Amino acid sequence: MLALEDLSAGYHNARGVVLRDVRLEVQAGAFVCILGRNGAGKSTLMRTIAGLQAALGGAARLQGEAINQMRPAVRARRVAVVLTERPASPGLRVDDVVALGRQPFTGWDGRMAPEDERIVEEALARAGASGFRGRYFDHLSDGERQRVMIARAIAQTPRLMVLDEITAFLDLPGRVEVMSLLRRHAHESGTVVLLSSHDLDLSLQLADSVWLLDGGGDLKVGPPGELTRAGHIGAAFDTAEITFAPELGRFQLRR
Amino acid sequence: MPVRVTTSSLVLLAALLALAIYALARGQIALPFLEAIKALFGAESEGLSGQIVREIRLPRVLAAVLAGSALGVGGVLMQALFRNPVADGWSLGLLAGGQLGVALTVTAAAFAGPAAVSFLTLFAGPSITLAAAAGVALAAAAMLALGRRLSAITLLVVGLMMGFTAQGLTSVLLHFAARAGGRVYGGWSDASFAGVQPESLPWLAVPIVAGMVLAVATAKPLSSLLLGENYAQSLGVRVGALRRLALTATVMLVAPVVAFCGPVSFIGLIVPHLARALAGSARILPLLPIAALGGALLALAGDAIVHAPWEQHFLHLNAILAIVGAPAVILLLVFSPALRGWR
Repeated sequence: MLALEDLSAGYHNARGVVLRDVRLEVQAGAFVCILGRNGAGKSTLMRTIAGLQAALGGAARLQGEAINQMRPAVRARRVAVVLTERPASPGLRVDDVVALGRQPFTGWDGRMAPEDERIVEEALARAGASGFRGRYFDHLSDGERQRVMIARAIAQTPRLMVLDEITAFLDLPGRVEVMSLLRRHAHESGTVVLLSSHDLDLSLQLADSVWLLDGGGDLKVGPPGELTRAGHIGAAFDTAEITFAPELGRFQLRR
Repeated sequence: MPVRVTTSSLVLLAALLALAIYALARGQIALPFLEAIKALFGAESEGLSGQIVREIRLPRVLAAVLAGSALGVGGVLMQALFRNPVADGWSLGLLAGGQLGVALTVTAAAFAGPAAVSFLTLFAGPSITLAAAAGVALAAAAMLALGRRLSAITLLVVGLMMGFTAQGLTSVLLHFAARAGGRVYGGWSDASFAGVQPESLPWLAVPIVAGMVLAVATAKPLSSLLLGENYAQSLGVRVGALRRLALTATVMLVAPVVAFCGPVSFIGLIVPHLARALAGSARILPLLPIAALGGALLALAGDAIVHAPWEQHFLHLNAILAIVGAPAVILLLVFSPALRGWR
């Protein structure tokens, strides 16, 4: 479904290449968590895959088609993103936001067909955001807003969903709910869901597969259990202060 | 169109028509409403009432309707383009930039000699519109560049200050131009729809109508810009091209208003908020008819108050607009959650 072919991500400035020659494949319906410390290149990789940023080399292919070479209108029908940024706009209602997800499918005037309305309703229900209909987007809490943005991404009926650290503002129950709903959506709809996260323990429990960025330009891929047992998690996250205990599945202070 | 949009548009249209008839009939000389309507359609082509209605009042009413609708739609475009709920042509200094453009052109002609002045006088309509458009476009480009770096409120303050600077320069320049080459152009003591001559109306109408068409064409992608550039891009919008198109539409809407009516304040700022409240949505396309009609209504109402049969002519249009508009902006700044926690 999604294939990275020698993908190199980074910038044409001092930061340079962040990840080099990544090669991997993801099956349809996979819920993938991308882990790594701050600055390891999670956002860069996600933006590059989603086509929001040019690749330095190689390509990300969705069903064989290079994402960054799709016309923007075509890409918008296949790839949806949810970002950390919190958009605010006066008078913008929850219905407006989710309806924007149908924009790549509507005509010049953005008029929604009954089919579009149905998809929007389903997306709201799936994201647990149906109760927010009619409310102003600005008036929602952080967790409610993220649900609406997820509903918008689901309404876009993409084959690939890219979500960049969207759980950062949520409390623990909120994070669990959001991650489970994304996992369920991936499994039920066949969409590939990529989620970058700082939630190590939740990600290790919920992900079908983990991409681990070690911060040195290398990427380890595998089921969570495998990466833990091989000691890769510890190698990526351990500091002078803390160490990852594979048998406990969490960090401990060094004595 | 949703029911709310249709209903609001029809109510606004009815109010606009009623107010237009009132404005055509009443003034220093009051005519019966029926007589004013008859005079408008030429049933009484001879006589004083026909002259008053068609030659004096009609151009002013048309100018107010055109300018008001242009400013209302321009405000919707600018607030989406800048992602800033207090953006409009006046508050971000675009109108003042247009005035400065006209002043620079007039001054250049005055110092270039009588030939240039007579050329400018002969082609007053197009040349003044073009000069204003250049000034508006430059000011808009400058504010867009700044807008990426500044918060909404800071941008508002910078825009107002740029406006004051440009208006100061304009008045100094026009003074020297008048001394060097005679009065080519009187300049603007204040905003007014009364100075628009019937022969200037096409120069006001054509760019505004074209700007409206362009606004309708960009409405769908502009809606996705409400979520920010990244989301717009992910929804298939070519953001750079969209910015240029929306900016062009804004210039076409705003420049003729500056050129012929002066710096009409507050309409573009408050009408989009009224439109969002009436439409119950922030999507751009449904806002456009409401903003156009609401802007026209507000402009015409302000003009009707200015030209009511007072003992003497003492009211200025911007004074009326400020009394209505400034408190609305204050309420917006104090109570809008989007502005309190912007970016």
